Amino acid sequence: MPKYLLLKHYRGGPEPHHPFPPMDQWAPEDVEAHMAFLRRVSEVLEESGEYVGAQALTPKRTWVRYGGPDAAPVTTDGPHPETSDLVAGWYMIDVESYERALEIAAFVSSEPGPGGEPLYEWIDVREVMSGAPSEG
Amino acid sequence: MQRLDEGALRALVPRVLAGLVRRGEDFDAAEDALQEALLEALRVWPEHPPRDPRAWLTTVATRRLVDAHRSEVARQRREETAYAEPPPVATEEGDDTLFLLFCCCHPDLAPASQVALTLRAVGGLATREIADAFYVPEATMAQRISRAKRALHGRRLDQPGDLAVVLRVLYLVYTAGHAGRVDLAREAIRLARQLTLATEEPEARGLLALMLLNHARLPARLDAEGRIVTLDRQDRSLWNTREIAEGVRVLQSALATQTEERPPGRYQVEAAIAALHADAASAEQTDWPQILAWYDELVALTEDPVREDPAAVLGRAVAVGHVLGAAAGLRETDRLREAIGERHRWHAVRGHLHELDGDLPAAAAAYAEAARRATNVAERDHLVRQAARARVDASREWTLTSSGVRVSPPLDKGATRR
Repeated sequence: MPKYLLLKHYRGGPEPHHPFPPMDQWAPEDVEAHMAFLRRVSEVLEESGEYVGAQALTPKRTWVRYGGPDAAPVTTDGPHPETSDLVAGWYMIDVESYERALEIAAFVSSEPGPGGEPLYEWIDVREVMSGAPSEG
Repeated sequence: MQRLDEGALRALVPRVLAGLVRRGEDFDAAEDALQEALLEALRVWPEHPPRDPRAWLTTVATRRLVDAHRSEVARQRREETAYAEPPPVATEEGDDTLFLLFCCCHPDLAPASQVALTLRAVGGLATREIADAFYVPEATMAQRISRAKRALHGRRLDQPGDLAVVLRVLYLVYTAGHAGRVDLAREAIRLARQLTLATEEPEARGLLALMLLNHARLPARLDAEGRIVTLDRQDRSLWNTREIAEGVRVLQSALATQTEERPPGRYQVEAAIAALHADAASAEQTDWPQILAWYDELVALTEDPVREDPAAVLGRAVAVGHVLGAAAGLRETDRLREAIGERHRWHAVRGHLHELDGDLPAAAAAYAEAARRATNVAERDHLVRQAARARVDASREWTLTSSGVRVSPPLDKGATRR
């Protein structure tokens, strides 16, 4: 069974389906509905036996590289900190097929936003390379 | 067939291990041998319960150690001398615990290693359980533990250790307990209770009291959906009154030992603050002036509290806000801007104080800023909710004001909070 990483982004990706304000500016009941839906996603995946893991990332990013011998690591917050992609978190799933991975990603993307309308958020679907060589 | 009492079995771990180490066995080898003996016990005891479990474990662990020694010819002589010695004298349980805590909390070890080793060697938890508690792979935790034990190799373990480090490690275990799958909080309380039997140090009792008082409020801290419920909105009937009573009793016995030269240490002071919160029948009845007085004690424990103990100054700012007014509380937080202005907690406290001040737009902005900086999903979600709620309340207030309807004063929480 292939594993997939479903990545959610703070920013970046294709043109959004429609614009929406940051969550702290939504109506409290819409915030609740959104959070309840995300809890439900993990439950659904655990029930179906497809859940591997899920993590959220803070938005603070630091780029770092080797500074050379006897030098401290070199850090920067990026060439275009306001425009580059920024991953917000992921679900790792273990599924039968690529099609199933897309189905789950679309389910995640249907999360309710302001007014209870789906966000239609773009989800980045990436297949995880398997560690062991394939048989045969 | 008899069901094994795993709690009783684990309680024996520090006693048997301390006996082996005191006898001169290497800590690392003795701990490995004891782990093997425990596995053996789980296999054999249900069918053949031993008459004296402690002696049984010591004998089996010793046999393992002999086997290990035998496999190294060069160590043959040492084995002979070791076993020619008289059997260990029975010691008090408390002494054993303290002795082992000093070993595991050796100042040369990194905090993560101290915690892991303490849970295994004193708590008797399996590596798998410790790994689960910290969400790391079992192999990673096994490696952390074996590196820690190797670091202790050849160290003299007969000197009294640093009790302050032991207390810090136990508190780390306790705070980690709120996040993990294994109930480390309960484990930390059990270890702290053992520690109080072994030392007269009032700070050990202060730590136990602090843990008990915080643990008592745990059932009210999250709602059925796992959402954070702040102290002022918790259902106080869910608090564990038995734990609160014990916490208060332990704290009082510690505070009774204070003198002019020896004022209460930080765990006792923090426990006193927790006790005052626990003592209030409702949020409105909280004795904020008393709490502020204890915060004054807390910040007085360090030379430069803003830099050395900003969390205490931040906690004090909340108390100042409730006693002297929100504006005074906010001024207190200003002093911390440089030290912890980047941290989510600083913004969250300012949100609370702005709300207390009736400045809901500023509260919403501060909560939103705190949410952006949070490093914990439950806290982030909570702060987003606070921001959304404050924003709505602010616009509602504005609508009412502009339509000429008299608004309730902002301090009346019942009107604005649900």
